[in-house]
Amino acid sequence: MSDLLNVTSSPHVRAKDDTQRIMLYVIIALLPATCFGIYNFGWKAALLIVLTVASCVGSEWAWNKLLHKKDTVKDLSAVVTGLLLALNFPSSIPWWMAILGGVFAIIVVKMFFGGLGQNIMNPALGARAFLVISFAGYMTDFSEYPGFVDTFGGATPLATIKAGGLAQVDILRMIIGTTPGTIGETSMIALVVGAMFLILMGVIDLRIPGTYILTFAIFVLLFGGYGFNMDYLVSQLAGGGLMLGAFFMATDYVTSPITPTGKIIYGIILGLLTGVFRIFGGSAEGVSYAIIFTNLLVPLIEKWTVPRAFGIAPVKKEVKTDEK
Amino acid sequence: MMKEDTISERLYNGIIKENPVFIQLLGICPTLAVTTSAFNGLGMGLSATVVLALSNLLISALRKVIPDRVRMPAFIVVVASFVTIVQFLVQGFLPELYKSLGIFIPLIVVNCIILGRAESYASKHSVVLSFFDGIGMGLGFTLSLIFIGGVREILGSGAFFGFQLLPLADKASGTMGYTPISIFILAPGAFFVLALLVVIMNVVRAKQEAKGKPLSAAGNGCLSGECSGCALSATCSGKTQAVAVEATKGGESA
Repeated sequence: MSDLLNVTSSPHVRAKDDTQRIMLYVIIALLPATCFGIYNFGWKAALLIVLTVASCVGSEWAWNKLLHKKDTVKDLSAVVTGLLLALNFPSSIPWWMAILGGVFAIIVVKMFFGGLGQNIMNPALGARAFLVISFAGYMTDFSEYPGFVDTFGGATPLATIKAGGLAQVDILRMIIGTTPGTIGETSMIALVVGAMFLILMGVIDLRIPGTYILTFAIFVLLFGGYGFNMDYLVSQLAGGGLMLGAFFMATDYVTSPITPTGKIIYGIILGLLTGVFRIFGGSAEGVSYAIIFTNLLVPLIEKWTVPRAFGIAPVKKEVKTDEK
Repeated sequence: MMKEDTISERLYNGIIKENPVFIQLLGICPTLAVTTSAFNGLGMGLSATVVLALSNLLISALRKVIPDRVRMPAFIVVVASFVTIVQFLVQGFLPELYKSLGIFIPLIVVNCIILGRAESYASKHSVVLSFFDGIGMGLGFTLSLIFIGGVREILGSGAFFGFQLLPLADKASGTMGYTPISIFILAPGAFFVLALLVVIMNVVRAKQEAKGKPLSAAGNGCLSGECSGCALSATCSGKTQAVAVEATKGGESA
């Protein structure tokens, strides 16, 4: 339908928000984590970030060009996808893997389904899952850690805890972020600063990340096996991709519910699944699979939680009328 | 245009025009499950071809004897007998292939290509034509499986028919080479490859049709009301009015 015809009755609220502006806010919010990742992992991290973003933007441009569609690069969503994907890489992966991931994220996960707004799962996470399944050896190798002299050695803090070494984990370093891991996930402080910015600008609200983190925290306390141990709880919250996932990826407009109740249900399912994957699963991390899986439940959640319109009586189920 | 119902037309029909995998999208379960390599695709395809040709032959020969009401059980018995023979042959002479195909050899019994051809072609046409219809469909199935299996094997393990095309990279020793994208020999890869190949097929078909040279007439039968050649005619709910009326009339008179 033409934009001219699609006008509702007055009064109209004018807002400056459009896709481009919102994506720009997300990029700004990711900058602290990005900069910290480059500081922590060195120039290779910077190279991977540039390559992934370029690959995403290039794929989107090429797809639209080849299929004679309107150019959508300017809405910056491909930049966000590329940035999020790069922040999910270990700094040691080969450069071509970053490019392949970007192409997969944009072409297969986003454009095949019809572009921005139609994709059934978060493109960055879809591509990450593709790479993890294809190149498990590369994508879970965190041994290259050039940052500091007194390093932890190979394992990420979460993997150390999974192996029973809670005492060896330095909580303060996990919060600051000077630990091995993927490029953007290590620093809880940088991620929370970015998330605060997004919340202040009204881009995301606290319903999804709030319920997600709360549910996960309760789950960990109940089933983690350490009882009410603050060290364990904080390291589970600060470690792995929980902060990055909860604030930046679970809140993706396209793949999260639009209804207020739906957002809360979505956050609770995310928290439960992440807890189950981390504590009972074989791997130490479970945020990305939890988000992908819950993304697929979103249409169902939205169907359950359609709000009642003002002034309209609730529809009774299966009202049988006499046929006369 | 080729004449209907000749031996060569049947072969062309099975391999290109109504290719069971890419055009009719039948037999998708074995297609997705066994095509982890080109050789597995070949083995599965040839096993199905043998069963298809022989069961088409026998069902066509028995088409006047089998009562209409029990035709489905009768077809299944014929197909199952041939599948059992093929299964024992593969198990006896190609134990490696038997191991990798596993449950999918016995499952040829319920392969919808075979029942579809029996229902829509063999039960209505002569023995020779039915036999070649089976061969054509079987070869179409085999070529599609080799194609899908080949793409998956090349991407997923850098090999073709077990022959290593590129030296593999080794992360531990730092050897340069091809790093296999192992998702392609896992279940998701089957969906990616099948979907992409069907997309390419459809693009090619659309281009041919735009040029006025239709590569495939599949779907045209629906417009002209000719359901007899269609594998889905038994279950299709979208038959044209005339055909539906005709079918009920035929049923009454029988």
